[in-house]
Amino acid sequence: MPDSPSEEGHATSYDLAVIGAGAAGLAGAVAADRLGLRVALLDSSGEVGGQFYRHPAPALGAVRPEALHHDWKAFAGLRRGLADSGVLHLAGHHVWTVAQDGELWAAHAVTGADGDGERPVCVRARTVLFATGASERHLPFPGWTLPGVVGAGGAQAMLKSGLALPGRRIVVAGSGPLLPAVAVSLAAAGARVPAVVEASGYLGYARSPAALAANPRKLAEAAAYGTALLRHRIPLRTRSAVTEVHGRDRVEGVTVCRVDRDWRPLPHTADRIACDALAVGHGLVPQIELATGIGCATRRTRDGAHALVLDAFQETSVRGLWAAGETGGVGGAPLARVEGELAGIAVAARVRGREALVRGSHARALRRRRDRMRAFATAMARAHAPGPGWTAWLDDATDVCRCEEVTAGTVREAVRDYGARDARSVKLLTRAGMGWCQGRICGAAVACLASPTGQEGGGQPALPPSPERRPLAVPVTLAALAALPPPNDRSHPSGHTPQKGPS
Amino acid sequence: MTRDRSPLGLVGADAEAAFEITFDGRTLSALPGQSVAAALWAAGVLAWRTTRVGGRPRGAFCAIGQCYDCLATINGRPNRRACLVPARPGDAITTQEGDGHAGLTV
Repeated sequence: MPDSPSEEGHATSYDLAVIGAGAAGLAGAVAADRLGLRVALLDSSGEVGGQFYRHPAPALGAVRPEALHHDWKAFAGLRRGLADSGVLHLAGHHVWTVAQDGELWAAHAVTGADGDGERPVCVRARTVLFATGASERHLPFPGWTLPGVVGAGGAQAMLKSGLALPGRRIVVAGSGPLLPAVAVSLAAAGARVPAVVEASGYLGYARSPAALAANPRKLAEAAAYGTALLRHRIPLRTRSAVTEVHGRDRVEGVTVCRVDRDWRPLPHTADRIACDALAVGHGLVPQIELATGIGCATRRTRDGAHALVLDAFQETSVRGLWAAGETGGVGGAPLARVEGELAGIAVAARVRGREALVRGSHARALRRRRDRMRAFATAMARAHAPGPGWTAWLDDATDVCRCEEVTAGTVREAVRDYGARDARSVKLLTRAGMGWCQGRICGAAVACLASPTGQEGGGQPALPPSPERRPLAVPVTLAALAALPPPNDRSHPSGHTPQKGPS
Repeated sequence: MTRDRSPLGLVGADAEAAFEITFDGRTLSALPGQSVAAALWAAGVLAWRTTRVGGRPRGAFCAIGQCYDCLATINGRPNRRACLVPARPGDAITTQEGDGHAGLTV
């Protein structure tokens, strides 16, 4: 596996540029490589695996990285496949836009651990596979900006790669299948977990009996987590939510309330739990700004998120651009692997003009598995969809936008007194969503507060049916932009062109 | 007993030699392969930034480079995402105040 353009594998342009080296991207890159395509794999991290298969850097010398994972074997297989392939793996490449460039697509990236490197890069390819994964959905509550309140996925990520914990006594809260997994990991690593607090009830899954019956592995997984919670003596509180965090400069405790079906706190049910950290997240949302930036169509998922519209072979609404994994709706790593492989095969069929590849029995089997797991993903989104009543736990003094420090009161004022009816108007009036993170963290919450029905997604789509647009997916320095050749300049025909920034 | 467990013990980490970094002048130990944020968490430090408006303490939140709450001044350079930047021997991490560019105000 070459990992720099100077090594073997350097091509003038690639057949396929895969963006993201998680489960979907690895499977797609390896499948396409095996079918003879020239593939470049761009990933922001230094290590492959994405968020799910995050693992310690080699220098940490972990002899049992699998202790923080289930399904590590599948990842080991993907990693071996990459190592044995001719795929050019470009680590530390943060893609900030994908643009059309004549007959090719150009993926522009900044480099370095945090994209602060000097060397912008452009990779050109005939097709692109978006395997950009998901990020966590966050809903604000009083005290959520205190140090010690961290994302549930964030706590998991820091443990998996940095072998560090945010505290010794950590409450895990929010909603979604990630929570029990995070709690078990934290406990196995030595933290006390006084409670897992889940706002939904698991009975929601019972509304999708066919999807459950078709996915026995998912049920076995859930049962295993249930057993592990018992083993670590972690109480699970369903239909409950952390409605307030206490502490002056860091977390000292949380208030947990029972909530109704709509996540509205029930009176006289408040209970305080002492802890020094809170790991909280309300599910995952597809990370699709690169795809939407170039015009790929989206759909609303059952939990009110935006996912890419994909055809039976994982192609987006824009010909030549494919997507796999969480970008098409959050469904987990096994689904991402299947979709990535299917996409890799479909790209090879197109590029090499071998349509038989997608009609073969292997592709058909992949499609069947994909459809079965997609049905479960839909059931999961439905079971954990945020209830509209969560806004009732928000007091006016709570910061909704963490970057710009815009309170719920200010957002409500923009809606009530100035007629804002959507997140964009609220942003223009209050700066909520205008800061460093560009609304990635507060976007869902602001959209809820601005919506006339006070409800994001779910039931009636009260919002304009389009995701937020972010023309630059990651921060880009002016120097990196200045180093770009003019759009009509064809003097840089090579597929992988390191462009020296001005000194 | 959970008390005997640790993240390093769980994965059987046999890390290369630890090295020193400083946080606001205080010497801390970090392991090669850890991000700046992971090294700070491991030392019990949860906040290394104060906000621009309220001057409130912040540290790592999303931990995957999306939220920008973990911005730190590393070796004099502000606005580095501590959850992404690997810790290096001798790194001087300082609490970032506001936008980190107070020196530019006139």
